[in-house]
Amino acid sequence: MKTSRRDFIQKASLFTGVFTLGFDWFSADASAMEVVASAGRFNAFLSIDSLGKVILYSPNPEIGQGIKTAFPVVVAEELDVDWAQVQVEQANLDTKQFERQLTGGSGALKHSWDRLRKAGATVRKMMMQAAADQWKVDVTKTKTSKGFVLGPAGQKASYGSLAEAASKLPVPSEVTYKDRKDYKIIGTRVKGVDNKNVVTGKPLFGIDIRKPGMVFAQIVRPPFGATLKSFSAEDVKKMPGIIDVVSFKNKVAIVGENTYAILQARASLTCDYGSDAPLESNDTHAKWFDEGMKSDKAQVMRKDGDFSAAMAKAVKVVEATYECPFISHSPMEPMNFFADVKADSVLLAGPTQVPQPAQKAVSDLLKIPVDKIQVELSKMGGGFGRRLSNDFVLEAAELSSIIKKPVLVMWTREDDMAGGTYRPAARYHFKAGLDASGEIIAFYLRGVGINAGNSTRQDNFPVGAIENVLIESFDQKSAVSTGPWRAPITNFLGFAEQAFLDEVAEVAGKDPIQMRLALLEKVKTKPVGKITYEPARFEEVIKQAAEKAQWKKKPGVHQGFSVYYSHLSYVAQIAEVKVENGKPKVTKVTAVTDCGEVVNLSGAENQVKGAIIDGMGHALFAKLNFQAGVASPQNFNAYRMIRGNEVPVIEAHFVNNGIAPTGLGEPALPPTGGSIANAIYAATKKRHYKQPFS
Amino acid sequence: MAINCTVNKKKVSLDIDPNTPLLWALRDHLSLLGTKYGCGIAQCGACTVWVNGEPMRSCVLPISAVSNAQITTIEGLDPAGKHPVQVAWDELDVPQCGYCQAGQIMTAAGLLKNNPHPTDQEIVDGMAGNICRCGTYHRIQEAVKLASKKIKK
Repeated sequence: MKTSRRDFIQKASLFTGVFTLGFDWFSADASAMEVVASAGRFNAFLSIDSLGKVILYSPNPEIGQGIKTAFPVVVAEELDVDWAQVQVEQANLDTKQFERQLTGGSGALKHSWDRLRKAGATVRKMMMQAAADQWKVDVTKTKTSKGFVLGPAGQKASYGSLAEAASKLPVPSEVTYKDRKDYKIIGTRVKGVDNKNVVTGKPLFGIDIRKPGMVFAQIVRPPFGATLKSFSAEDVKKMPGIIDVVSFKNKVAIVGENTYAILQARASLTCDYGSDAPLESNDTHAKWFDEGMKSDKAQVMRKDGDFSAAMAKAVKVVEATYECPFISHSPMEPMNFFADVKADSVLLAGPTQVPQPAQKAVSDLLKIPVDKIQVELSKMGGGFGRRLSNDFVLEAAELSSIIKKPVLVMWTREDDMAGGTYRPAARYHFKAGLDASGEIIAFYLRGVGINAGNSTRQDNFPVGAIENVLIESFDQKSAVSTGPWRAPITNFLGFAEQAFLDEVAEVAGKDPIQMRLALLEKVKTKPVGKITYEPARFEEVIKQAAEKAQWKKKPGVHQGFSVYYSHLSYVAQIAEVKVENGKPKVTKVTAVTDCGEVVNLSGAENQVKGAIIDGMGHALFAKLNFQAGVASPQNFNAYRMIRGNEVPVIEAHFVNNGIAPTGLGEPALPPTGGSIANAIYAATKKRHYKQPFS
Repeated sequence: MAINCTVNKKKVSLDIDPNTPLLWALRDHLSLLGTKYGCGIAQCGACTVWVNGEPMRSCVLPISAVSNAQITTIEGLDPAGKHPVQVAWDELDVPQCGYCQAGQIMTAAGLLKNNPHPTDQEIVDGMAGNICRCGTYHRIQEAVKLASKKIKK
């Protein structure tokens, strides 16, 4: 790959400045100050100082997906240092040094795999060259181990001792990467680099940000589609601890000295809203679904062969409609952001998945150039897509510009749950036409979404295996704000597709796994149209899941199958359900994932198990209702989150085939609703067509 | 009138609205930011602290109710992170985003204080009041078990 200017700082800037090591500001005497080391920043991702301290910089925002650990693991592997020797630091937004400094789409490792390996391998090569020069030996006679270069005659030099000399060498354009059989860190269980800080309660998150002169604020937002007519600010302003009450963009911001003062003031604030059009309710959305299903304005997303003609020849027809509500992301840390807007500069700090767009949006809003806007990244208390929208960043910046103070805008749980960018509500209608032997000869899907964009994924399996396909999408605009929610669209579409295939298999008299394998065989031998997935990788996860979960070989256990390809990864799941006291209970989910190389096994298991629990909880419980433009419920007393006493046993297996790593934060979620619904059907003969199930 | 209590073995005096929930007193007035806000209605457990050794939801507990009480927050459990629950949490790599974990740890440590060797079911039940949106529940339960073993030693 090409060496990007952004990835590699010019060597002229290496070894600038010094910093102190091992200096305790509270107890050290002056002599400790003498322990100084030259800090060598070799490239965007790493620095090694002359005392051998290795600092790895993790540029992407950490949201619980483990990227702050996984990225440095890759660099450390190719650099060939001991993991215990490494210190990891979160890099702030730096568009000159880093590309794609965002969290979303499960794409970080896919994008950066080669960059990270190159960052490490390049510096390893420079260390070897520096040692070879020093020892006057051929560089090919040197090797490395745990942060040392080893010479042919038993010479040994630490990276630290070589760092300064290495930094003066030209950056090699060609490097070789380790053979994966020699990996010492990649593929092992590496603990999260923030664990110690988490378990001792260090202030790591957005809501923990404290800056000199900072004030707190909360913002009262209007119902979706409503405008603010008036509000009562005078009495509120006089309340203790309240600094100001200001309004912008139909919102009222209460600025105060502390959270409780603001909460008290909010209880006394009255806002009067109006609207030009009727505000939305559940009935509005149901009506839109009905209209969207009948509309002749749906967009054709994919057309293979002639669906109508094939359908006319079908011996059997299977039809089903699936529907999901709007749901909230509900990360445990509600939205919040810090902004300090000055006349010609801005400091933004907090939890955003997309710092660069945040910077740009604030620049556009305040007419301050991006290079005057600094963005500090905090650890994020979850996000699940909510922090891909920058509404909360813009609010904080606008408020700070109005009150001319550094401000931390805090959302309450109610604000967060009522405050939008939800997973869009959608309805799906499927039709499959079967011939006399039960083969699918025609396949139809219409998706109707509310602020969903394209609610289908028109190239999804089994498309590619069927001669006649028609996929249509209809999007209804709404005042309710929506956005990506972990595995956008597929978080529900995956359930609908996999539940529908289960129903088709039953009507066709086929085993759900065998039917899918036969379809994949068709994709291999006689593909229809554009194919976006690799059938062989699909087959592998399916076969391994069937074997690991002993598909249909466990008497008294009802199993449901699903398999899904998303974010370039493949996940097959088998859910197991037992009937207890007449009620189905999910007892186990076995998942086999092909995400290519598993970088951190501990983190990978966490992602798969977490995604399955997330998918299950939201399939079982989650729903927002709308009345007059207001969403409810607004807190966890009525908006049920899955709890620890409700989770099944989960086995997370990985194919780990050494292919460059692909997404893992999301791919295990989309198949979950389907495997569980299909297992519930096996146990109860009751099919679920709507989420939530209960 | 100021409320006097002990927080992490330090005597503190809070001259603020006595209705202020302990959570906000800790975070906004004592700069102890480890205790987290999650729901404000005692549903999620993110704000769990010990009051006189018992795990409590600090988001609904007014400071008027903790006059003269001994309060322990995540920062005071063991600042070096050597409490068996903290060690187990790290060893089993429990946290994903980490936000709820202070509350989980204070709940778990409270559970083990009263019942050092709980059964699996007692662990599941004892931890069921704390939400983890990332779904780290399996490792939470395993870590409580591991911590219990460490206490035995």
